[in-house]
Amino acid sequence: MTATTTETRISSRPSALPTERRRFRLPFSGWHLVLIPLAALFAAPLIWLALSSVMSDAEINRFPPALWPSKIDLSGYRYVLGNSMFPRWLLNSVIVSAVAVTTNLVFGVLGGYAFARMRFAGSKLILVLMLATMAIPFQLTMIPTFLVMKKLGLIDTLGALIVPALVTPFAVFLLRQFFMALPRELEEAAWIDGCSRLRVIFSIVVPLARPALSTVAVLTFLTTWNDLSWPLIAINHDTQYTLQLGLTTFQGRHHTHWSAVMAGNVLTVLPVLIAFLFAQKAFIRSVASSGLKG
Amino acid sequence: MPQLPTPLTLPQNRSEPRALRRRRRKEAATAWAYVSPAVLVILGLSVLPVIWSLLLSFQANDLVTPSRWVGLDNYQALRQDPNFHQAVRNTLFYTVLYVPLSIVIGLSLALVLNQRIRFVGLYRTLFFVPFVISATAQGVLFSFILDPEFGAANSVLNHLGISPQGFLTDPSQALLVLVIITLWSGTGLCTVIYLAALQDVQQSLVEAARLDGAGKRQILRHVTLPALAPVSVFLLLWQTIQSLQVFDLVYVTTKGGPLGSTTVIVYFIWEQAFKEFTAGYGAAAAYVLAVALIIVGVVMRVVRRERTPRRTKAAAS
Repeated sequence: MTATTTETRISSRPSALPTERRRFRLPFSGWHLVLIPLAALFAAPLIWLALSSVMSDAEINRFPPALWPSKIDLSGYRYVLGNSMFPRWLLNSVIVSAVAVTTNLVFGVLGGYAFARMRFAGSKLILVLMLATMAIPFQLTMIPTFLVMKKLGLIDTLGALIVPALVTPFAVFLLRQFFMALPRELEEAAWIDGCSRLRVIFSIVVPLARPALSTVAVLTFLTTWNDLSWPLIAINHDTQYTLQLGLTTFQGRHHTHWSAVMAGNVLTVLPVLIAFLFAQKAFIRSVASSGLKG
Repeated sequence: MPQLPTPLTLPQNRSEPRALRRRRRKEAATAWAYVSPAVLVILGLSVLPVIWSLLLSFQANDLVTPSRWVGLDNYQALRQDPNFHQAVRNTLFYTVLYVPLSIVIGLSLALVLNQRIRFVGLYRTLFFVPFVISATAQGVLFSFILDPEFGAANSVLNHLGISPQGFLTDPSQALLVLVIITLWSGTGLCTVIYLAALQDVQQSLVEAARLDGAGKRQILRHVTLPALAPVSVFLLLWQTIQSLQVFDLVYVTTKGGPLGSTTVIVYFIWEQAFKEFTAGYGAAAAYVLAVALIIVGVVMRVVRRERTPRRTKAAAS
């Protein structure tokens, strides 16, 4: 079971060691026999999602349902893109996520830099308070936040989704830690050349902080794109839905129209999956590092 | 330079503190400008609401008309509300099953993948992918797969000669099914974090143990697992906090049913505040949950500090 690759390479060459053949050895690590079925089990729901989105409702709604499409049927996608609000919800999700990622990066860099490099009264206190807010559960703040948004007249607009997501303590704190570890000398050289502070930040510090910035971008995108609880509370009108809220409502209303529901589900999942596959290293590093530092 | 006459430098000396002070004040103003967006959003939408919530929990509030002070009535009512008791029981059941299972399976997968095995990257991707998928999408997908009539799960069971199951529609199965769905999406996180931590386990220690004649199992028990202890404590804390706060998946799949068998605490809070419009009551339930979360956090902090006395500074950050 625990043959290492070097050992297996030898045993897979039958002519090299004929005596080895008496003891049966797999030409690969035995762990694959456990890992392959397990990986298949993890992948199966997603494969089924993709398959059912291109099946016809007739094929899905018979008993027992077909497990494999007999032919590719795009009527689910056609319905979702043509006869539903999905395109609008997609746009809303893109707007909210794009704004949140941008503002988290900008305000996170400015705040993080100020806490890391500048001296000002009250900085310690604010930093401690900010750290403490990271431990506050969402449920404790959601009712008053709803009331605040109502006072501001933002309920039922994308603004209600954007304002609370503008900047997170996580972004500020992570970037502060990263800036603290950067050598000051690089900035000082630019200071002497007469650069302004903003110029120093955005032309010297920011390019060096790429790994931290990608972590902030990835985690902000993931949390805002995937959020359901807050849109559910803050949004009533379906023109302002995000994809997550739209998808669950759509499912409730089209209970037997599964191909359309699954096509909508693919549209909801695909942007995150594409982002993940393109920036897999950044995703895994972000999640793993936030876990190790936590 | 040293020969420069003193009178020339004197006025400079006198003006320097003032210039310095002015620069400091300018720096402080700039710094405040930089932090103000973060301060406004974070303090305004976190610190203020925490106090507001506390006040709300002592009031009867329907989110529309002016609220009325009721003292501890909300908390008293929670103590007697059978629905709240059921929500607490369901949440604990879910947490007690999900957290240890996700950590043990995650650790096992990480230990297997940490060997010199081909396609490690591919396996890691496959195990981790469900984690990036939203709870909403998971919920919609699994309500389809587990649909008692049209779902693929019963179709597969049918091929295997097993009678169809109710899954999410069966009060005795629903919560368990939710645990399994969350294991599907949450185990990959544990695997990835453990894999990263395994890279940091000092190979010299493993080698030394091997030279001393330790077997694979002994190395695992006495070298690898103790080295992973801080990560395990972190994951225990993180997964516990996450599962005590589970909501999205429940909302999408079962809406707390059937027969309240999947009503978890956050679902109860949401229902009270935004469906029944008894926001004060909801806020009181939220405070009960928050106190539970704080207790979990403090206990873990203490455990972690005792386990890693030398690394308290690293752990605290």
